[in-house]
Amino acid sequence: MIGFSLDDEHEALRRTVRDFARQAVTPVIGEFYQRGEFPYELVTEMGKLGLFGLPFPEEHGGMGGDFFAFCLALHELARVDSSVAITLEAGVALGAMPIYLFGTAEQRERWLPPLCRGERLAAFGLTEPGGGSDIPGGMRTTASLDDGSWVINGSKSFITNSGTAITSLVTALAITGRSDDRPEISAIIVPSGTPGLTVGPEYSKVGWCASDTRELSFSDCRVPAANLLGERGRGYAQFLRILDEGRVAIAALAAGLAQGCVDECVRYAGERSAFGHAIGHYQAIQFKIADMEARAATARLAWYDAAARLVAGEPVKKQAAIAKLTAGEAAMANARDATQVFGGYGYMNEFPVARFYRDAKVLEIGEGTSEVQRMLIARELGLGRPAR
Amino acid sequence: MNIVVCVKQVPDTWSERTLRESDSTLDRDAADAVINELDEYAIEEGLRLAEAHGGEVTILSMGPDRATEAIRKALSMGADKAVHLVDDALAGSDLLGTSAALAAVLGQIGFDLVILGSESTDARTGALPAMLAERLGVPQLSYASKVEVDGSAISIHRLADYGYDTVEATLPAVVSVVEKINEPRYPTFKGIMAAKKKPVQTMSLADAGIDPATVGLANAASEVTGWAKRPPRQAGTIVTDEGDGGAKAAGFLAERKFI
Repeated sequence: MIGFSLDDEHEALRRTVRDFARQAVTPVIGEFYQRGEFPYELVTEMGKLGLFGLPFPEEHGGMGGDFFAFCLALHELARVDSSVAITLEAGVALGAMPIYLFGTAEQRERWLPPLCRGERLAAFGLTEPGGGSDIPGGMRTTASLDDGSWVINGSKSFITNSGTAITSLVTALAITGRSDDRPEISAIIVPSGTPGLTVGPEYSKVGWCASDTRELSFSDCRVPAANLLGERGRGYAQFLRILDEGRVAIAALAAGLAQGCVDECVRYAGERSAFGHAIGHYQAIQFKIADMEARAATARLAWYDAAARLVAGEPVKKQAAIAKLTAGEAAMANARDATQVFGGYGYMNEFPVARFYRDAKVLEIGEGTSEVQRMLIARELGLGRPAR
Repeated sequence: MNIVVCVKQVPDTWSERTLRESDSTLDRDAADAVINELDEYAIEEGLRLAEAHGGEVTILSMGPDRATEAIRKALSMGADKAVHLVDDALAGSDLLGTSAALAAVLGQIGFDLVILGSESTDARTGALPAMLAERLGVPQLSYASKVEVDGSAISIHRLADYGYDTVEATLPAVVSVVEKINEPRYPTFKGIMAAKKKPVQTMSLADAGIDPATVGLANAASEVTGWAKRPPRQAGTIVTDEGDGGAKAAGFLAERKFI
């Protein structure tokens, strides 16, 4: 039986990111959040810390770590704040990872080093107004070859990191033809500033208010044919892998938020008194926080398991879905309980648990809803196949 | 330039710190252990000087086995190698013993510049840098908020209430730094991985040629004869403003010499 204790290097990384989150993020993030402002300075610092290069080899400007290390960083950041965590998650798992996994030597050399240093951010355009997890059914964006260029038309929704001042590219999934009457889907790199690419205004979101999320539209947007990422027609297959990894990463982020709720409540339960005692003296509060800790611990084990399998190169589809489902729901439940422990203060935006409450909901939605995770788990169990 | 940074592992100021009932020494197992905060600034300054002028940064730490955690962190920030002075006989050493032991090691390994944090968050004496310089017979430049090296000349800004003094000396020298001097870097994962392969030399009292009769609790010149837990915080004084609230508040502060 294998235990889940971290080795010295991962533990040292975890502590470093924890210290950074407490010292650099905690004091300032509330202000950015209230103003709905992207925290460029923090992203720069995270870049210097090497967080954006964690799972990439040193030859591309990375840190030579692994996906587990990256997930640990997300977990520790999200204990304090989810906006910076999702900026890192999307920047690495959705932005840089496709270039690393499927890019040519030339594409990697051109795009990866500044992405690994956190000086630039990349975005991933999958979801459209008409559909997210329902690929290819809901996809309308098309790209056709014309005189050595891809000509892209369509729009993409909820695209993280797509409109910052340091965004260098978006990888857009588009229908590039049909074969056997099925849409052929390919991935195409669209550099920021390409004529025909319009970046919409920042959405007004319930949470993740210090992260950048926008709608993109493509209108006869032309990029060189060489901007095809990976094989033509393999876009769908390639990105199933990206989505599995993304689920593990979001699970780590969600488990971090769930743990952050416990951190805040344990402290507050010792400080706040009511009816003559610290509120932590009362079983009503103790049991609530005990439940929260149990959910956070379960969520952490779920993503540890999925991430360990991923790093070992084992099949991970089911574990990734389980981790995402478990951690997303733990985050939402813990955020609800944490605001309850804080009473009136839990409803005030200046308190971290209020931020956690607003940030938690999307964890049951983004990177595949909880329903989609259940669908994937059921499918892995062989349920719902047509009868023979 | 051969730079040695002295690093002390201390209990985290965020955790509950206690003394042991048996011998009134620090209960090191009761709290999370971290690098003394000011020593992180000393490490950063050593790294910056080495980056600017060339040379090596060696970490020197005296402490129990557990101090290897602090040494590894210092190495992961970018220091080149480390010397760990570890010996059961060192436990409970006072400033005289500690400065004698560190001076003995420094004499052996050699140095152009020794950098320390200006005090530790546990003992808080702030006297070690001066004692070390005295034992080594080199100039001490204390409370530095800025360090400049030019060849064998070193000059610092010594922080003072009224601003700063410029203090100059010739290397070799001992410098102690304050937190205004820089912003310590966080280790990167690459640094953490690289730290595993960096040499850490372990020295005992015998290795360093230190007389056991000069160190340890039994040979300390000072003794903790008694101690008590900090009393719980008292309720504050409430000043009712009857038109003279400002004067009363000012009087309260003046009485305690805050203004």
